[in-house]
Amino acid sequence: MLNQYKFEDEPELRDLFITVDDPESHITAIETFITYRVVTKTSRGEFDSSEYEVRRRYQDFLWLKSRLEEAHPTLIIPPLPEKFIMKGMVERFSDEFIETRRKALHKFLNRIAEHPTLTFNEDFKIFLTAQAWELSSHKKQGPGLFSRMGQTVRAVASSVRGGGVKNRPDMFTDINDYMETFNQKINLLDKISQRIYKEERGYYCEMKEYGPIHTLWCASEEDLVDSLKGVASCIDKCCKATENRMAGLSENLLPVLHEYILYSEVLTGVLKRRDQIQAELDSKVDALSNKKAEKDLPTEEIGNLEDKVECANNALKADWDRWKQNMQHDMKTAFLSVAENNIHYYEQCLATWESFLTCQTVDLHLGEDSEEKP
Amino acid sequence: MERPEAEPLGASHSCQTGEAEPGTGPAEEEPGGAAAGTMMEDCLSKKIEITVSEAEKRTGRNAMNMQETYTAYLIETRAVESQTEGQCSPPDSLWRRYSEFELLRNYLLVNYPHIVVPPLPEKRAEFVWHKLSADNMDPDFVERRRIGLENFLIRVASHPIICQDKIFYSFLTQEGGWKEMVNETGFQLKADSRLKALNATFRVKNPDKRFTELKHYSDELQSVISHLLRVRARVADRLYGVYKVHGNYGRVFSEWSAIEKEMGDGLQSAGHHMDVYAGSIDDILEEEEHYADQLKEYLFYAEALRAVCRKHELMQYDLEIAAQDLASKKQQCEELATGTLRTFSLKGMTSKLFGQETPEQREGKIKVLEEQIHEGEEQLKSKNVESREFVKSAWTDIERFKEQKNHDLKEALISYAVMQISMCKKGIQVWTNAKECFSKM
Repeated sequence: MLNQYKFEDEPELRDLFITVDDPESHITAIETFITYRVVTKTSRGEFDSSEYEVRRRYQDFLWLKSRLEEAHPTLIIPPLPEKFIMKGMVERFSDEFIETRRKALHKFLNRIAEHPTLTFNEDFKIFLTAQAWELSSHKKQGPGLFSRMGQTVRAVASSVRGGGVKNRPDMFTDINDYMETFNQKINLLDKISQRIYKEERGYYCEMKEYGPIHTLWCASEEDLVDSLKGVASCIDKCCKATENRMAGLSENLLPVLHEYILYSEVLTGVLKRRDQIQAELDSKVDALSNKKAEKDLPTEEIGNLEDKVECANNALKADWDRWKQNMQHDMKTAFLSVAENNIHYYEQCLATWESFLTCQTVDLHLGEDSEEKP
Repeated sequence: MERPEAEPLGASHSCQTGEAEPGTGPAEEEPGGAAAGTMMEDCLSKKIEITVSEAEKRTGRNAMNMQETYTAYLIETRAVESQTEGQCSPPDSLWRRYSEFELLRNYLLVNYPHIVVPPLPEKRAEFVWHKLSADNMDPDFVERRRIGLENFLIRVASHPIICQDKIFYSFLTQEGGWKEMVNETGFQLKADSRLKALNATFRVKNPDKRFTELKHYSDELQSVISHLLRVRARVADRLYGVYKVHGNYGRVFSEWSAIEKEMGDGLQSAGHHMDVYAGSIDDILEEEEHYADQLKEYLFYAEALRAVCRKHELMQYDLEIAAQDLASKKQQCEELATGTLRTFSLKGMTSKLFGQETPEQREGKIKVLEEQIHEGEEQLKSKNVESREFVKSAWTDIERFKEQKNHDLKEALISYAVMQISMCKKGIQVWTNAKECFSKM
């Protein structure tokens, strides 16, 4: 289905609108951090009000993500922007960094809002609506850091033991293989796109110097003033067009590619957690087959675990299909906008040069000189 | 507007505006004063079609008997009439190397100092952007040089005055013995020494203002075109980068399409267009090199302009020295005649100390001086005429040059615009195709 809108659902069905904006710096004795304003507008009954405005810092987003992962271990939770970017000279609190992060956080919350299951998550609701102190106290209630660490340790241990799950359905192995290649390609595309951006910027800088030289030349050439000024102005206009081209790239393509790079880590985590759930079942089954005496007792437990595995698998399968659809749509939109951007760039430049040429040919036909070419 | 001449001090003769003749070349006398239009009719370029059609790598032995590789260029000439009759008679042809072109040009510079002699294409590749080879043997460089040499010959053949030169004609038609012929003219001896010229530039007191302005103009022209070419090279570099990196999309899209079911086709075909886009820059930039060459020609023309200015300064300085000389001799004569010492002179002092000369001795000296003065006056007269003629004919050629330059540079700028338009149209085409592929993803 051809979708012009960013969000998958029909606009009329959406009842939750979230924006992330207005980064603000907070300086305390211990630390400096940024908070973002999160504005929520909703018509849902579960919400007491129709509009909320809260301030959240990166830590709070991290908390939300881990809560969602705990509650829905085999759902694909959207990625968060990185904690700290090492590449280049982007400092922690540079404007560029903050803006990039803000956009990514905005995307993060909206993806959750669009997700058929996650959108109804209680912690999500609290994140959007609670005042700062309410959120802190709520955070403290949840399972502590240590229990979460314990889970991670167990997960790692179980995946290490035996080197992977023996009864893993092919589908999930396929997903794993797909993600390996996908991740590789997306990383390459990201590098290529960053490089293109860099080259475009370099081109822009040189063009900025190139145009004015023609104007300078006018000073010593009376008869060429019109032509030279014309060329200078065309080059300047093409410069501006290049700026727009660059902006298009950095707004429409780079963030999308980056998000999907981060998604690969998400998918790896999801597959691991699913494997872990399966491993729990498998180990219980193994244990049972060794102790032939106590066959009856753990049956209920096995049954529960079997249900758990089936739920996990189904959830993941459904969410994977959804993810793939979204990915296809997002990539298509991103690359389409790049193509449109480039077409627009060339059309602008074309118009500029064509109008210059028209002026020049008019001048020539007005009997400039009847010199024969040497 | 004629500027007042440097009148020799105390001169009593009046200046005559002599019959202006365009500078006569050593080969033939030409009727002077004809309008430029009529001259064009006689231009060699109207009678002969000249092309530099091929370039060939050669190996040979140089002056020190060491093996060297060089490129030889094939010059073809064909009478224009033979074309119009529908017959295509085979052209006359001979091979020349770059150093022979240089020899020809140096000969023209010496023998036609009042002419803005067309420049040769550059000896070594300069203002190169990184992907372009700076190697003289690189085929693209050789190709562009071939075009530049052809352009040079056509410019000379189209010039009303120098196209008549016999040495030039032999250059086009006589393969063997041409070098010897040129050297036999002894033109190297006629050349003004660089040192002499530099000296004149510093010391000349009253050069024609127009030439001083022209010198400034040529300095500015050189400076601005150099700057332009430098930045253009950098722009080309960056543009190359933008296009070529897109080529990587092609490869990765193709690899990615292997794991995608629905998106695969769209990705694959879009990738193909990315390859097309990346490949298109090579032709675009090659064409732009020709534009750069057009600018370079005028960069080198600046030097030719300066050469004419230098010649004027030299002649003017010569004139000023001769006038000075004459004036001092006249003064000496006067002093001897009247016996008064106006200015300090060693001779004067010694004669005062050691006794005066005899009247006969004095008479002898006066006679010698009078002869020298007479000679000097004649020389000064002819130098004045020479100088005026030079200024007139040089200025005629400079005006011709200015019109040519304005026309050519305007055309060059237009051709640049045409190139940009072509590049934009190609870009629109490719990205429209890519857009369609993306929409099928």
